[in-house]
Formats: sequence, structure tokens, C-alpha cells
Amino acid sequence: MDDMYREVILDHYKNPRHNGELDPADISYQDDNPLCGDMIRIDLRVDKDNKIIECAFSGHGCAISQASASMLMEDIKGKTLDDIKDYTRDDILEMLGIELGPVRLKCAMLSLKVLKVGAYGVQEWVED
Amino acid sequence: MNINNGIDIDVIKKDFPALQREVHPGVPLVYLDTTATSQKPAAVLDSLNRYYSYHNANVHRGIHTLAEEATAAYENSRKCIASFIGATSEKEVIFLRNTTEAINLVAHAWGRSKLVAGDRVILSEMEHHSNLVPWHILSEALGVEIDVINVDDEGYLDMDHYVNLLNNGPKLVSVTHMSNVLGTVNPIKTISTLAHDAGAIVMVDAAQSVPHMKVDVNEIGADFVAFSAHKMCGPTGIGVLWGRRDILEDIPPFLGGGDMIKRVYLRSFAPNDLPYKFEAGTPAIGEAIGFGEAVRYLDGIGMDKIWDHEQTLVKYAMEKVNQVPGVTIYGPSNSQYRGGVVAFTLDGVHPHDIAQVLDSDGVAVRAGHHCAMPLHEKYSLMATARASFYIYNDVDDVDALVDSLDKVRHMFK
Ligand SMILES: Cc1ncc(COP(=O)(O)O)c(C=O)c1O
Repeated sequence: MDDMYREVILDHYKNPRHNGELDPADISYQDDNPLCGDMIRIDLRVDKDNKIIECAFSGHGCAISQASASMLMEDIKGKTLDDIKDYTRDDILEMLGIELGPVRLKCAMLSLKVLKVGAYGVQEWVED
Repeated sequence: MNINNGIDIDVIKKDFPALQREVHPGVPLVYLDTTATSQKPAAVLDSLNRYYSYHNANVHRGIHTLAEEATAAYENSRKCIASFIGATSEKEVIFLRNTTEAINLVAHAWGRSKLVAGDRVILSEMEHHSNLVPWHILSEALGVEIDVINVDDEGYLDMDHYVNLLNNGPKLVSVTHMSNVLGTVNPIKTISTLAHDAGAIVMVDAAQSVPHMKVDVNEIGADFVAFSAHKMCGPTGIGVLWGRRDILEDIPPFLGGGDMIKRVYLRSFAPNDLPYKFEAGTPAIGEAIGFGEAVRYLDGIGMDKIWDHEQTLVKYAMEKVNQVPGVTIYGPSNSQYRGGVVAFTLDGVHPHDIAQVLDSDGVAVRAGHHCAMPLHEKYSLMATARASFYIYNDVDDVDALVDSLDKVRHMFK
């Protein structure tokens, strides 16, 4: 547990990076996890090569869901939408630097789900 | 010694194997999640083991010794539960899987045979999903209209609103005896009397009351009462629907097959007598026997003492938890109208994170909407953390909760 609330996770939770909304945005999507009430919205601006030039997330939820969204935003800025296709659960866990049981995994994965579905549609999301 | 309202909690704690374990190395379990499911005493676990080891046989149709023993134990358990809830006859006690199945049975068997489009059913804003969704399904299938009693800011049912809704001539009122989130104990006898005066019948979701207080089904004036063994020291997979005999006689069976038939012809059947008419297929025999043992265990302590003990604890807990800066507690502030449940939020910390940090101190609480999404929406909450108490908890457990909450607060400061 002490691991789960590593300083870096608490820092991202308390001082989220790229927090807010983009208006206008090229891609906007949001989803929630009704079981725990976590909600994440992601806005992206991309250039003509589909490179992410600006990104922002907003929403509410537990430290794990919000910190992983914040870390994901930092990570994807400057990457292309194509790069995002390859992101997996392990990338998120690596960013967080912790291991998670099945319940908290859902919290951690919500932002990646919103990002992928927003960019590519539901068919791009396989829950594992 | 740790005597509380005549109960020696140290002795009780020893009855529960799970309470002897550590959750992490050197960190003992402080179990505050009974509202979801209770721990089980050794007496109940032994009864399961004894049945499956030595008396295992299918009930009701066998002639051999084991079948007779199993049948006797199963039926004895029914008698025991009937007397525990003051039922006039054990024929009114139907073994099902849980409270949810019991409410679904009433919605399906009674609802579909007695209601038509436009008939009204009254529920309340504080219901568990188990006492909402079966009626939603019925409403979609038959066009039955649902009215919902308001809950006020303190977590009480708005009785004036209820009386108003009764003017619409409902056929059924289905409400919880005690809220699994707010802890509110509803004035169920008054609710029943008013419903009957208005010509409605009354279903009581007693999942949270029967485990914690003396409930006499005739005294509260209900027509149906549902509860689950697993919340009262018994096994999972077994629960009871109690129904007034004349009403049960008057409705068609729910599931078909097994114990529920008297005679079968190729193209028709004659249903069995009560209670078997509603018990289709091989029941959870061992679990029913374990349920009987759980009821004996609780009876041995005394339901009035259990209630008094929880009153002491919840009063202490509300005081202590309220002192933690940033905490908001939901539900009645007067513990007299509240069972041993404390749902709360802590400013700036999601309930999941509260529960996770508490777990590192061995303190088991629940976080989420506790299967009461509409109630949480009413209070504009995504989720709450919930601590709940039973006979095996004491003030030390509450102190452990509060100490750990302080840790959460500092971590997220
Ligand atoms: C008030 C209430 N009703 C119904 C239920 C459902 O009980 P079960 O899951 O045993 O069917 C619960 C359990 O959480 C409850 O607290």
C-alpha cells in the first residue's frame, strides 16, 4: 500500500498536469466508471500530421485514476495518434510504478480507455 | 474483560476465526464491513462441515438414514428461523438465495399475477438496488407506475410525502427497514398501518434489520419480509422470504421444477403446498442448516443486547469520526433512529483512497455507492466510505478507524 501512494502519485493527484479543458479541441471524449464514480474527460489538439500539440484532462475520482490521467497527458504530448494505438496496460502501470489488484486497475486504466476510444472509437478498446 | 451492555466482546471475538487473522504481517484485522457481509462464527462453520461430512443427502425424497437426517436438519432450521422472526407458522418461511431473490420473487409471482398497467407501487429514495430494479423490470413489463418517497436532508423518510402518495391508491409499498448507507431505521409499523389503511400490501427489505434487532414479522405488520443469512453470521447463498400465508397461498409459483410440485402430468402440474411451492430444485441444504445455527448463535446472545451494543458503538463512532477535520457523516444524527452504520466523506480524498489507506492498517471499510446510486445522487455524492458494526466490534475498533483516518488526512494534506 505504501507503495500505492508513492510521493509521485500523490504529487500528480494534488498538482495535476495538463488539467482542464481545451476549447476548441480536435478530439474530446469522456467516460466514467459508475461503480466508483470516477470520471475522466480528455481534450486533444493535433496538427496536420496527427501529432498531439496540446492535451488536457478533467474529471474527478480517486488518486490512482487522476494521477494516471495526469501522467498520461505528460507522456503523450508531442506523440502522434498512431503512437497511442500501441499503449497498453503495462505502459500505464509502468508510469505509475506500482502493481494493482483487479478493482484498482479499472481506476488506473480509465484515462487510457478515454484516450483510445476518443481517438479511434470503441473498437480500439479491449478490456483485459 | 471487555463487557458492553452485558456482552463480553473479547469472548465473542474469539468465536470468529477471521477476526484472529492478520491482514498484513503484524497487522490484525479490524472488520468494519458487516453491512456488506458479516463474519462467521466457528459454530456456523462447524455446522456446515458436519453436514457435508456426515449427513450429506438430498432432502425430502430419500428414505435412507442420511436423507432423513438431512431433511430433519433442514426443516429444523426453518422452524428455528420462523420462531426467531415470530412467524405464525414455518410454512411461511421460504428458503431462497438472498434478499434480492426474495424481492424478485414477490415482484414476479405476486406482481405479475396481481398488478395491471396503471397500478401503483411505492418505494423510497433510500432503497438498495435490490428493492428498485425488480420493480423497474415489472414496470417495464406491465406498465406499473412507481412512486418514490422522498428522503430529507437528515436521512429520514418524508412521512408527509408518503401519506400524500398513499392517496394515489397504491397496491404495494416496498421499503427498507433500515438503510444500508444512512443507517436510518424507518418507522416500519406506522408505514405498514398507513399502507393497509390505504388498501396496499407491504413488503419490507429487512436485510439490515433482522441481523441487528429483534424483528417480529407480525408486530411490524408486514405482508412480505426478506433477509439474507450472510449478513447475520450465516453462509452466503441462503436467505428467506417470509410471507403471510393467505397471500402466499393465493399467488402462483415462481420457478418450476423439483420440490415445488405435487404432481406432474405431461402437459400440466399441480404445485406443492407451502413453503415448497416456492422452493424449486435442490435447495442450499448445508447453507440452510448453517443459517439455523447462525440464528441460534444470535439468539444465544440476545437480539436486544446486540442492538444496545451497536447503539453504544455507533454513538461513540459518530462522535469520534466527526472530530476528524474535513469529515462529513450522512444520515440521522440521533443514534436512536440509526443502526450501526456510519457512511462518511473526507474533504479532498476519494472514498477509494480512504479505504485503501485504511486497509494498510487492517481496517476493512467499504467505499462506493453501496448499491444505492439514487441515494448518492440525491446528496450529489459519487461515493462514500462506510464503516459498520456488529457484535464482534468494540470501541478499540472505532479508535483504530479514527487513527487510520488521521493518517489518510495527513497523507493527502
Ligand atoms: C438494505 C439491503 N437490501 C438488500 C440487500 C441485498 O442483499 P443480498 O445481496 O444478500 O441479496 C442488501 C445488501 O447489501 C441491503 O443492504
